Amino acid sequence: MIQTKGLNKKYGGVTVLNLENLEIPRGQSFGLVGNNGAGKTTFFNLLLDLIKPTTGKIATNNIQVNLSEDWKSFTGSFIDESFLIGYLTAEEYFYFVGDLRGQNKADIDAFLVQFEEIFNDEIIGKKKYLRDLSKGNQKKAGIVGALIGNPEVIILDEPFANLDPTTQIRLKQIIKDLTKNRDVTVLISSHDLMHVTEVSDRIVVLEKGEIIKDLVTSEATLKELEEHFTA
Amino acid sequence: MIKRFLSLEWKQYFRSPYWQRSIGLKIFMGFLGLYFMSIFLFLGFFLFKIIHKIFPDQDPFVVVSGFLFYWVLGDLMIRFFLQKLPVMTVKPLLTLPIKRSQIVNYVLGKSAVSFFNFLPLFAIIPFGIVLIFKEGYDPATTIFWALTLIIITLINNFLNFIIESLTAKTELSFLPLIAGTGILFALNYFNIISFSNLISKGVIGIANNPILIGIPILILIVLYIYNFKILKNELYTDGSVQTKTKEAKTTDLSWTKRFGDIAPFMQLDLKLMMRNKRAKSTFFILIIGLLYGLFFYPQPMYRDVVFLYALIGIFSTGTFLINFGQFIPAWDSSYYKLLMSQNFKYEQYLKSKFTLMAISVILLFVLGIPYIYFGWKVLITHFAAAIYNIGVNTHVIMYGGSFNRKKINLDERAAFNFQGTGAVQWLIGIPLMLIPMLFFGAINYFLNFETAIGVLIGLGLIGVVFHQKIMKIITKKYVASKYKMIEAFSQDN
Repeated sequence: MIQTKGLNKKYGGVTVLNLENLEIPRGQSFGLVGNNGAGKTTFFNLLLDLIKPTTGKIATNNIQVNLSEDWKSFTGSFIDESFLIGYLTAEEYFYFVGDLRGQNKADIDAFLVQFEEIFNDEIIGKKKYLRDLSKGNQKKAGIVGALIGNPEVIILDEPFANLDPTTQIRLKQIIKDLTKNRDVTVLISSHDLMHVTEVSDRIVVLEKGEIIKDLVTSEATLKELEEHFTA
Repeated sequence: MIKRFLSLEWKQYFRSPYWQRSIGLKIFMGFLGLYFMSIFLFLGFFLFKIIHKIFPDQDPFVVVSGFLFYWVLGDLMIRFFLQKLPVMTVKPLLTLPIKRSQIVNYVLGKSAVSFFNFLPLFAIIPFGIVLIFKEGYDPATTIFWALTLIIITLINNFLNFIIESLTAKTELSFLPLIAGTGILFALNYFNIISFSNLISKGVIGIANNPILIGIPILILIVLYIYNFKILKNELYTDGSVQTKTKEAKTTDLSWTKRFGDIAPFMQLDLKLMMRNKRAKSTFFILIIGLLYGLFFYPQPMYRDVVFLYALIGIFSTGTFLINFGQFIPAWDSSYYKLLMSQNFKYEQYLKSKFTLMAISVILLFVLGIPYIYFGWKVLITHFAAAIYNIGVNTHVIMYGGSFNRKKINLDERAAFNFQGTGAVQWLIGIPLMLIPMLFFGAINYFLNFETAIGVLIGLGLIGVVFHQKIMKIITKKYVASKYKMIEAFSQDN
């Protein structure tokens, strides 16, 4: 589904990301871990064509992202709060994103029902603009927005940070359900090793922009990761 | 501690990522400052002579004192629109072991050394020098008179912040102030209460009786303390958060559906304008733009200057176009990343902006039809200007927008807010207003009025005919600047 070829991003001569050959097959639940500055967000930004690669290519579904915009129709993402439109209410935000993804109001209303538990009566029907919501609630709205319109690729940057325990547990379940049928590819990054091993089939460890571990998740993975980051 | 604060601000100023880019604006402001300083200096040195010429049988010293009332009112108005309380990024300081009162005192103290307080000195001091050394006034009287004026300047300084903080929460915050000064002015003008007399007598009284200077000083101290209290209250992080939360109003904008695939963006743009301070003010500028012609047309002196019709026509039918258009796409800067990763074509996004601007031009033209009162030529010129606006200026301003690299904070009000403005925004005014005016004026002068109208309409129609092609070019330009814009918009400047 996602392929990089000689992908390299430099800022002022310093390499921040170097992915010679990374291939993420369709339906994989892909976890990205690494300390700050490892290049996780850079990778997601490149994948969303928000920054330009210095050299190399990155493609989803054989569409090179900086040449065609066709990947946008099947990609949902939430990187940070700049993905939210502060002066809309949460509903209006969902309808707006829905509009762009060919979902009408009724579709969105039906879609939102499953998140009632997460929203905990604080997001929908509260007559509050997104800019007035708490950080955690903003994040919930952003993540749900990324799931609108049955995307085939979902990109979430540190989705578990700032979330309350209920939502963390629900979100893990959602990610597992999404990838169950091997249709949807989910990419997440996280600093929480436990969460990420629980939901990912495969975990890649980045360090200074390079892949230094590429693991298929098993019983031993969490231990291995913990040892890696202790050393 | 003050030294540390100063060094923090120094760094904030010079390390702001877009410092270099806005250097043009800073130079411009610098020149403006120099210009005012020289005017004030000139006034200071020659005011005595000038007044002596105009009112030969009155004491210039008394005449100047008589004008103080108008100066105070004018000064307050100008300050209200131009001067802002110096802001420090206080949040990170609040949890450090610094006394809150220290921060407040620093902010207030800093406001006292603002340019607005120095400017009057450039007039007061030379005027005083002339009084003492050339005209032989009593030095003590003159010095106390000058001191009183300086204290009044400072009183204005702190009074302004109180007014600002009281009106900041309302939308049309400038209305009560304008009404207030208007009433004061009227009371004075119709001699119901002669404030100019009162102030004049007061100031001269102080000059003759130096002990009385305690009164303005006392007023100043009271104002300072009041400011101190207001500011100290706002130094809590939730103070600013609480006032922000307003109940969201949902509006039914389903009528935009008839515009097809650009409807979501039109809805977004309309909400943007209705729900954000900065954008909302764009609406109110409309009224000014619409009535702009009334400043000129009623005066016989402008009635026959035909080329002005074109300028007024462009401006009054294009107010929205200019005010909204110059900040495309910066309006959407705070969520630009979202837009760039969503499923739509860039052209749709730009088309929605174009449609809004074109509709606004038509609407403003229709609302301006009563201008026919000043003659059919005026109305026809406005019509031609409207066509030109739709066909040419919309495209020009959108093309200019692709050079936009400044984030806009939607919550700040617009009047004299230069945020988001760069050299391009100033330059774009030239093709927007001057070129059509020159075209129109020249053709009207060398050929005739009908041809001039024809050319404006013709140019506009060409733009309409090639709309699709031009949009393609503009879209390309936006796509090419995409990464630069994303990077620039994610910086807080």
